Amino acid sequence: MMLSCKDVTQLISESMDHSLPLGKRIGVRIHLLMCRFCERYERQLLLIRETVRRLAAVGETPEGLFLGALSEGARERIRQSLRSR
Amino acid sequence: MAEDLVQETFLAGLKSRDTFSGGSSEATWLVGILKHKIADHFRRQAREGSLPDGDPPDPSGEPSFDATGHWQSGPTDWGGNPSDLFRQKEFLEEFTKCLSGLSPAQANAFTLREIEGLSTGEICKVINITETNLWVILHRARMHLRRCLETRWFARGTGKGS
Repeated sequence: MMLSCKDVTQLISESMDHSLPLGKRIGVRIHLLMCRFCERYERQLLLIRETVRRLAAVGETPEGLFLGALSEGARERIRQSLRSR
Repeated sequence: MAEDLVQETFLAGLKSRDTFSGGSSEATWLVGILKHKIADHFRRQAREGSLPDGDPPDPSGEPSFDATGHWQSGPTDWGGNPSDLFRQKEFLEEFTKCLSGLSPAQANAFTLREIEGLSTGEICKVINITETNLWVILHRARMHLRRCLETRWFARGTGKGS
């Protein structure tokens, strides 16, 4: 079955949260080889993720807005507690 | 808003530290408090009459895809991959505006996933939804943010990350 661009955008997002089953992964890769827009979409989502992570990492900036809410220590603590389960 | 909830949780946790028995792990205990906070939040919101989630109207008013699932108008070229966006104050402002355009459920999910770095499994436990449901919420959040940044930042021709 051929994946539409709509399907592929959903799967690109999903692949950022868990690893897709092999069949879907291959379907997406083949689609991306042929579709400039979806390929761009994936690149842009990854850029947004990377930017958000770096923003979170520099959360100390005075204009940190939404990211300044939690201190790095607090954030790390919550993260580690969750990991250690 | 999600970060407010997480912060409130953390503060509530600190306040009730003395009553924490040590029987359950610290994480279970924090997640328990966060769940209450989020449930409170959604109850408040329900009382105030706004919908907790749903498919928000596309910011530009037009759907991204046509009836056959092909792009109506595809993503534009953002001109290289500016890697120093996170240093630019103006970008941060636009990004925050875009974030505030998300539905509350999307903003919660996106913040916990991308800023707090929780796995989807962990987020599901906190906000009590299925993983499939969460993937859809995150997909819509990312789609909205991408489109919003394209309109507010990349399409204005100036201010592109050098």
